[in-house]
Amino acid sequence: MPNMALQKNPMPTQDPVERSRNFNEVALGYTEEQAIDEAQRCLNCKHKPCVGGCPVKIYIPAFIQEVAKGDFEAAYQIITEASSLPAVCGRVCPQESQCESKCVRGIKGEPVAIGRLERFVADWHNEHATEAAKKPASNGHKVAIVGSGPSGLTCAGDLAKKGYDVTVYEALHLAGGVLVYGIPEFRLPKAIVQKEVDTLIQLGVKVETNVVIGKTITIDELMQEYGYEAVFIGSGAGLPKFMRIPGENLKGVYSANEFLTRINLMKAYREDSSTPIQRGKHVAVVGGGNVAMDAARCARRLGAEVSIVYRRTEAELPARREEVEHAMEEGIVFRFLTNPLSIGGNEQGWVNSMRCQQMELGEPDASGRRSPVAVEGSEFDLPVDCVIMALGTSPNPLIKSTTEGLETQRWGGIIVEEETGKTSREGIYAGGDAVTGAATVILAMGAGKNAATAIDEYLQNK
Amino acid sequence: MNRILRKKVLNPTVTLMEVEAPLVAKKAEPGQFIILRVDAEGERIPLTVADFDREKGSVTIIFQVVGATTEKLNHLNEGEYIHDFVGPLGRATHTDGLKKVAVVGGGVGCAIAYPVAKKLHQQGCEVHAIVGFRNQDLVILEDEFAAASTKLVRMSDDGSWGEKGLVTDALKKLIESGEEYDEVITIGPLIMMKFVCQLTKQYGIKTVASMNPIMIDGTGMCGGCRLTVGGETKFACVDGPEFDGHLIDFDEAMARGATYREFERHAHDAACNLFKGVENNA
Repeated sequence: MPNMALQKNPMPTQDPVERSRNFNEVALGYTEEQAIDEAQRCLNCKHKPCVGGCPVKIYIPAFIQEVAKGDFEAAYQIITEASSLPAVCGRVCPQESQCESKCVRGIKGEPVAIGRLERFVADWHNEHATEAAKKPASNGHKVAIVGSGPSGLTCAGDLAKKGYDVTVYEALHLAGGVLVYGIPEFRLPKAIVQKEVDTLIQLGVKVETNVVIGKTITIDELMQEYGYEAVFIGSGAGLPKFMRIPGENLKGVYSANEFLTRINLMKAYREDSSTPIQRGKHVAVVGGGNVAMDAARCARRLGAEVSIVYRRTEAELPARREEVEHAMEEGIVFRFLTNPLSIGGNEQGWVNSMRCQQMELGEPDASGRRSPVAVEGSEFDLPVDCVIMALGTSPNPLIKSTTEGLETQRWGGIIVEEETGKTSREGIYAGGDAVTGAATVILAMGAGKNAATAIDEYLQNK
Repeated sequence: MNRILRKKVLNPTVTLMEVEAPLVAKKAEPGQFIILRVDAEGERIPLTVADFDREKGSVTIIFQVVGATTEKLNHLNEGEYIHDFVGPLGRATHTDGLKKVAVVGGGVGCAIAYPVAKKLHQQGCEVHAIVGFRNQDLVILEDEFAAASTKLVRMSDDGSWGEKGLVTDALKKLIESGEEYDEVITIGPLIMMKFVCQLTKQYGIKTVASMNPIMIDGTGMCGGCRLTVGGETKFACVDGPEFDGHLIDFDEAMARGATYREFERHAHDAACNLFKGVENNA
């Protein structure tokens, strides 16, 4: 008999006041009992709409049935058939707009907590598994992956499982891409990312850090001198965007990328870190996406009063609802319908204020969104000693400028065939933010997965 | 991990290291830089390539001990390893077609000016090297500059080496005496480059300045190295590190360069005390 409770089992979390002073993970994860109870809410319905909502097509009802029976390792094996990074996805996927949005239990009440169950299963495996992942027999083909973020790791994992000799090249000193430099420890502990990377290494994937493709080695050299038969580019997002308003280069103005990299990759939040960070008292974060929430919550944990400055309203915030709620619980102030005009500084060149203007929502534009328009005479100064710009990024130019014949959009994104990730150059595939511009971890993983299938077909028929 | 093949103390605060880095050596050009981390917990710092040997697979760096990281780096010896060493990053110095150039270096910036002078000299360009130091004790690469230039002008603040005065005085004298340069390339402290650029602007001589701002990744991701050039924001790591000196906002670059000065001073003191402790116990 299924569990007919209308609500999900709530996720145990750290107390908001407590957690706004530490970098430990916010969500604590289900116990075995909670997981089994939640799994029993799944009706195992005939149409399985949830599977269609998953970019990597995890066979969701099957793994949930195993959880309900208490066979967590069997559940893990079902998930890993489709996903190379389950402990990551269970934490950072926007399940509410993907698998869970299709769940029939959501018609009346809340959907099954698929994301929380995925996380539980992956964590259970990581804690209990004794056997290393088995390295498959080699098929003799070499593939290079550029970038060790979610798309690159997924593509690498899928190809390794098929027997390819896969090498992942990473520009930074640590593998993981945005999972290590961007997403904070309290949302995705770095030990978990490392565990997922270790699993890929057990599968035979080689990881070369400190190699900047496009600089240290070009794509053409990878194919001609190093003997790779195919290359997947998952180099991620690149140059941070700024607003082009006066004062943006004052001391104390960061891009979210820089602020987060200092904190996450370089551990600047620790007292013993050798990487400095400015610990502002009044921090303004400009933007309303997940990256803005991450930056704001990090600044809060460094002891600041933090406001999010966003030019539209709460309803238009592009961030996940859960992230917004967590930020609000932690005491972050949201200044909606507010647009920065300029940033002011003191004689030493440090930020001391941000001039803003009130906005109101006007008529819907071509995209159907109501665009904000300025309210005349509404300018005011916000006292701040640190400003973080979280406005998105544009693709990195290093690969485009050194790979002849690789076609890109005018804004820099690599042009690909959507289902396969095929670029304008034979044997070169691409996916993730390098193609789409800033998007989500799971979309990048989906692109990496599709490209792995396409690369396999290409090399088997060559 | 990259092995230190050779270490040479150039003056009390400046050290040369030749580091095994075959992939970097294969591609490096004058004007480019590398990023290194001394150990697994270290910060990432950019250092400009001072020399490279493609056959040997080595890259030479020259650094001044200014903070905790360079202090730690300076404590490594031949045969020991630098944890991470990545590059070459940034764009190479543009040297094509130049026939007569003044290379103006100051202090440890001369370490970066040298490979540029050498490359120009090798391609048959007339090179006037104007190099300045605070005093004789701080002089580096004197013989190297002599070999890589057609004219070498030595300057020091106190007159203990070469002529007493600033590099701008020497450059002005040369220009006034009728020397006509296709380009001036300047590398050194920001304040020196600012005044070199102000001077050459008066004479309408194209001038390139090599910037060394704060960086983390060095590949265009963090934006920490941004500066204003001709009213536009540029990233030194991918658009530079060299820019048209007449368009750079040097005052802003100087302010930004001082962002972590306080932190660095504390960290350096802490590192020095740590090493003192180790040495006392040894």
